[in-house]
Amino acid sequence: MRRGGRSPTFLFSCLCFGFAFLYVPILVMIAYSFNDSRLVSVWTGFSLRWYGALWENEQIIDAAGLSLRIAFVSATLATALGTLAALAITRMGRFRGRTLFSGMLAAPLVMPEVITGLSLLMLFVSLEGMVGWPSGRGADTITIAHITFSMAYVAVVVQARLTAMDRALEEAAMDLGCRPMGVTFDIILPLIAPAMLSGWLLAFTLSLDDLVIASFVSGPESSTLPMVIYSKVRLGITPDVNALAAVIVAIVGIGVAVAGWLMARMARAGRLD
Amino acid sequence: MTEAGGKASINPWVPSAGPRTAHHRSRSDNRPAARLSPFVPWEDPTAEPFIRIENLSKTFDGFAAVDGVSLDIFQGELFAILGGSGCGKSTLLRLLAGFETPTAGEVVIDGANMAGRPPYERPTNMMFQSYAVFPHYTVADNVAYGLRKEGLGKTEIKERVTELLELVQMQDFARRKPRQLSGGQQQRVALARALAKRPKVLLLDEPLAALDRNLRERTQFELMNIQDRLGITFIVVTHDQEEAMTLATRIAVMDAGRFVQIGTPTEIYEYPNSRFVADFFGAINLFEGRADAGDPGRIICAETGVPIHAEPTAGQALPDLLFVAVRPEKIRLSREAPAGEGVTVMHGTVEDLAYYGNHSVYRVRTDQGKLVQVSSQNAHRSAELALEWDEPIHLSWPRDCSVVLTQ
Repeated sequence: MRRGGRSPTFLFSCLCFGFAFLYVPILVMIAYSFNDSRLVSVWTGFSLRWYGALWENEQIIDAAGLSLRIAFVSATLATALGTLAALAITRMGRFRGRTLFSGMLAAPLVMPEVITGLSLLMLFVSLEGMVGWPSGRGADTITIAHITFSMAYVAVVVQARLTAMDRALEEAAMDLGCRPMGVTFDIILPLIAPAMLSGWLLAFTLSLDDLVIASFVSGPESSTLPMVIYSKVRLGITPDVNALAAVIVAIVGIGVAVAGWLMARMARAGRLD
Repeated sequence: MTEAGGKASINPWVPSAGPRTAHHRSRSDNRPAARLSPFVPWEDPTAEPFIRIENLSKTFDGFAAVDGVSLDIFQGELFAILGGSGCGKSTLLRLLAGFETPTAGEVVIDGANMAGRPPYERPTNMMFQSYAVFPHYTVADNVAYGLRKEGLGKTEIKERVTELLELVQMQDFARRKPRQLSGGQQQRVALARALAKRPKVLLLDEPLAALDRNLRERTQFELMNIQDRLGITFIVVTHDQEEAMTLATRIAVMDAGRFVQIGTPTEIYEYPNSRFVADFFGAINLFEGRADAGDPGRIICAETGVPIHAEPTAGQALPDLLFVAVRPEKIRLSREAPAGEGVTVMHGTVEDLAYYGNHSVYRVRTDQGKLVQVSSQNAHRSAELALEWDEPIHLSWPRDCSVVLTQ
């Protein structure tokens, strides 16, 4: 349809330009991960040597393992806590301090990361001074820090789903002889499971992605993947970072595909056998 | 629930031969006994009410949604609670189901006080307005849910689910998920699920509101049939007066948290006790007037110029300002002035007429300027009285069709 003189060709080129702006850098980076040259910007021939080098690089492999572990644990705990918080806000009536609670729950969404990181660092240091825990900073402190901010994201996602849910479903279950605890497991949890999965994925991604907060609360022995990449890049880009990036893009792509498939299956579960 | 009879016991979902639920409604053609002994327990002073609601109140933040309501409902009744939105009817239903705790008063069902009993311990089940069919369960699992919570055995659950799905004619959809069903089918599932536990009372919240016209009428009759077959006491909340009249044995009209009138559909339609009820139930003509001091059967009416003949109930206190209500179908139209004792006659011109096929509605402006609505059956193909616009005409009705309203 023609409107305001804009031709389909114009709109299509806008679209192409937009996509190019977003994805060409990534494609170039993936392409250069197969470059034989030691120089990042000069193409000399196809090779998988940087993938080999990456595999040999224990520092990066360790950091990736640590990042995945932290992301997994923090996403899981953040999902549990965030879901509980969302349940409290939407299903526990108007308890005292509800507004304050929901405000404080959402605060990490808008808090600058630097401030979150700095305040958590101060908390950990003073806690160590007072009760001796956590002794030093490392994977545990990063995990705790990640839970505190990603929990807010989970709570927001799950809360939206809970608000949209027909309360009559829960009442019907109770009417049919189900106790409140049973309602949670029979009705609420199955119906918010897709939201919990999106929340988990969001928390996982946020944790994997985080550089600022992790830099504040990590110790000397525990460098997450973003921290390692960042420090490597500061010393000059080496082609094995390109290879690492290509691997991450591949993993993320597969992860998103699997999650999409899972969620489609859950949505279908409400429709088909 | 007893399992004493086992399979030999009479299947409660299948029509029983015995006159267990004799109804006043004349649809029991296979059961002549029903017509001989009408179902009117509320007229029997010795009858024990099945549900007793006493002085029930529910206040939300100082606003009384239900305001000191008392009501007796008898076993096997199909009782309708009727009112506009916000009149408190849904709150009343939720109080019965146990979703709200009353601020004052009590509910007794079959001799058991419901105070402090949560919904999962009450002998009531509810069919929700949104149907609230569990989207992640199949139709069969939805119906089985209450039975599983009751802890029944697998085979018994299966049997009962099959019976119930047959009852609501959904046996072919047992393995479907709710999203594959139409609104009407979902409603049947909701009904079967609510009936599964054989509740003493079934609460229905606007059961027909979401259905289209044709389906509504069909479902209405099916609901009545099912209620008749199972003999379960139904309490229906609705805002639709037609629905209430066709479904119910008795109706309670509710306004601002209180009952305005309780009675059979005929009583409420023919003898409304207030302008609110008269107005709520279909079209009605209201005339403002005052009683003639010498003859209480004559209402002096300034609007019409002629006195209206009426039969105030004996002992009815007649204030200075009262109203006479006349249903449109009670008024006769004629070209010649009718004569007779106690007949109110007015003269006017046809201002508007609408042909509905089975009946026609006329709006007649009387000589004094009052607009009166008249409806008449089109019993013959060519009406003997083919009225035209602006035709002068006489309106008349006998005195027993005038309803005197004092409030």
